[in-house]
Amino acid sequence: MTRKMTGAKMVVQALLDQGVDTVFGYPGGAVLPIYDEIFQQEGIRHILVRHEQGATHAAEGYARSTGKPGVVLVTSGPGATNAVTGITDALMDSIPMVVLTGQVPTFAIGSDAFQEADTVGITRPCTKHNWLVKDTESLSQTIHEAFHVATSGRPGPVVVDLPKDVQFATGTYHGPREARRSHYAPQIKGDMEAITALVEAIETAEKPIFYTGGGVINSGPAASQLLRELVEATGFPITSTLMGLGAYPASGDKWLGMLGMHGLYEANLAMHGCDLMINVGARFDDRITGRVSDFSPKSKRAHIDIDPSSINKVIRTDIPIIGDVGHVLEDVLRVWKSRGRRVNGEALAKWWNRIEAWRDVDCLAFKPSEKTIKPQHALARLEALTKDHDRYICTEVGQHQMWAAQYLGFEAPNRWMTSGGLGTMGYGFPASIGVQVAHPDALVINVAGEASWLMNMQEMGTAAQYRLPVKQFILNNERLGMVRQWQQLLHGERYSHSWSEALPDFVKLAEAFGFKGIQVKDPSDLDDAIREMIEHDGPVLMDCLVEKHENCLPMIPSGEPHNKMLLGEMTAKDAIGSKGAVLV
Amino acid sequence: MPPLKIKKGSSKHSAYDLRDPNAEVLEAHTLAVVVDNEAGVLARVIGLFSGRGYNIESLTVAEIDHEGRRSRITIVTTGTPQVIEQIKAQLGRLVPVYSVADLTVEGPSVQRELALFKVAGQGDKRVEALRLADIFRASVVDSTLESFVFELTGTPEKIGAFADLMRPLGLIEVARTGIAALARGAQSETA
Repeated sequence: MTRKMTGAKMVVQALLDQGVDTVFGYPGGAVLPIYDEIFQQEGIRHILVRHEQGATHAAEGYARSTGKPGVVLVTSGPGATNAVTGITDALMDSIPMVVLTGQVPTFAIGSDAFQEADTVGITRPCTKHNWLVKDTESLSQTIHEAFHVATSGRPGPVVVDLPKDVQFATGTYHGPREARRSHYAPQIKGDMEAITALVEAIETAEKPIFYTGGGVINSGPAASQLLRELVEATGFPITSTLMGLGAYPASGDKWLGMLGMHGLYEANLAMHGCDLMINVGARFDDRITGRVSDFSPKSKRAHIDIDPSSINKVIRTDIPIIGDVGHVLEDVLRVWKSRGRRVNGEALAKWWNRIEAWRDVDCLAFKPSEKTIKPQHALARLEALTKDHDRYICTEVGQHQMWAAQYLGFEAPNRWMTSGGLGTMGYGFPASIGVQVAHPDALVINVAGEASWLMNMQEMGTAAQYRLPVKQFILNNERLGMVRQWQQLLHGERYSHSWSEALPDFVKLAEAFGFKGIQVKDPSDLDDAIREMIEHDGPVLMDCLVEKHENCLPMIPSGEPHNKMLLGEMTAKDAIGSKGAVLV
Repeated sequence: MPPLKIKKGSSKHSAYDLRDPNAEVLEAHTLAVVVDNEAGVLARVIGLFSGRGYNIESLTVAEIDHEGRRSRITIVTTGTPQVIEQIKAQLGRLVPVYSVADLTVEGPSVQRELALFKVAGQGDKRVEALRLADIFRASVVDSTLESFVFELTGTPEKIGAFADLMRPLGLIEVARTGIAALARGAQSETA
């Protein structure tokens, strides 16, 4: 199906042919022709955000909760530069996203024209790939290629920069099928020799553990299903990174909880003491490994990853398997079953005994208070009152994010949207908007800190305009809690600029934007407040005043290995040594 | 029969890769990268090196297939074995990259560089420069009464040696192309 049309019309046609139903964007001079086409059609819903960063995070939320690529449309210059944080966030967390940016006309490029920025130059290091479209003839093919690159292999963001004259000019439209494909084709199937080596290791392992990550989620629901089957069949314990929560259900009895800097004691100790580590779609991030030289010293490591550059980047791997998690797990299960479904049952029982002893430490215990709401308590109650709902959770970045990961249970993939790699404060609120757009009838909650939340609070306008009933659950400690915690640990309790001065009256702020505002500070009112938030048919801003100086524990201090965790009430001195102090 | 005493890393042209993967020694590797000849592709490759803190000792790029719009980038880089492996993996996942060949480990290769040297002077120095150029099989591509421009092709070591000799004889300007390299034998490393 080739036909003549303007570049602007091609953009809309290509999006429709790619199955896009929603675009998050903000208009401006250099994308006016595209907005004119959007005005004249009904197949694509455009969500008008209040800031381009909001559009990118909303698209991330949409993508993460649906498995489909998120689409963003912004103008040239400031439109594109405002999108850079969200694009980088999507790169770090491997979120498929297609960002269309307007550009000044081709004849004006390089002349420092009004609202000109070198968008492909600026976004080159923060995209998986990007393109400047210089003529209308190649426009449709470039957009189809952009979707192909964003969604295949390790997903990521791509940028297509569209000069205004290219949008006005007429050219030939090519559909996705007749578009020329590039040679980009990542390896999907794992090497059978390596898979057999992994199965042999599974059969004899005495202290095995599955260490899973966002790659399982990205591989699709079938990969999560296969993972569950493999875990149940082998009886091995499983832990996950922040990005992988939900791939294996939190209610499953093999679940050890999240690992890493603020991970659970039993998960980190099991990682430290294991003899077989099966990394499924995780990347040995520094939040996970702690001190690399002391990381899991006695284990044989298998690493399943679709990105060859993840293998041996941080931690050396004994059994590298390059391929898509779903395909590899399918092969592992098939080979393991065909060889007689063997595991070292006796040793495994002993291993579980040790793990149970670590579990008995109950590292998430906290001292409840009758006077103030402990943030952990707030999340435990949120969990209890919402777990039976069709629920999606987003977070901002900081202490509340880690508490949410610790105290909320995720039973299914694509239900947990958080900024892991880049750690972007201001991510959660716009992400919750993107999730709610994709799932209009679901309960979408953004667990936030007041400081992060304020970074993209302008998106209240978006939620109000589209009647998106997002629930903003703010744990308000009037502090930049994680910064304050580090200053207590590392900088002699000198709390330099880590408190939130001049906070707004959140209830009045909510009402000004047409949200329902709720403030709660008494623990005995908490349950009613949460119920009121859930039951309200519309967006809610919940200002939950919590204990101001609560620390997020357990914690592996920077530069320490997994077995040097801080539990319970920590002491400031000696927590982080001088070597750890330079780390973030 | 006693086992052979083979020191790890003793030969880079062994049938086996004897390099210790955890060694901290810096090695120089020549990489041949075939890419789509599209706008920004060189910036993408260079940005990868600067963004991740890798070294570039030499870099050469030119189109090698006009019809297929492909270019070949030859990069000489240094790093520990783990860093070299990481560089190759990072290059390999760039969308416009077709192939990455490590000419240093994949067998013997030929490496050549072309350089132009402008040597100014008169009298004995001028005669000596011409005589040395003859020994190095450099050719004179420009000549005035006070200067020569020599063209020399060879290994980087040969180019460097010639430059060292010319310096006291009036070397005032050098232009080097960087390395072009191919594996020896009938096989193509980048096909």
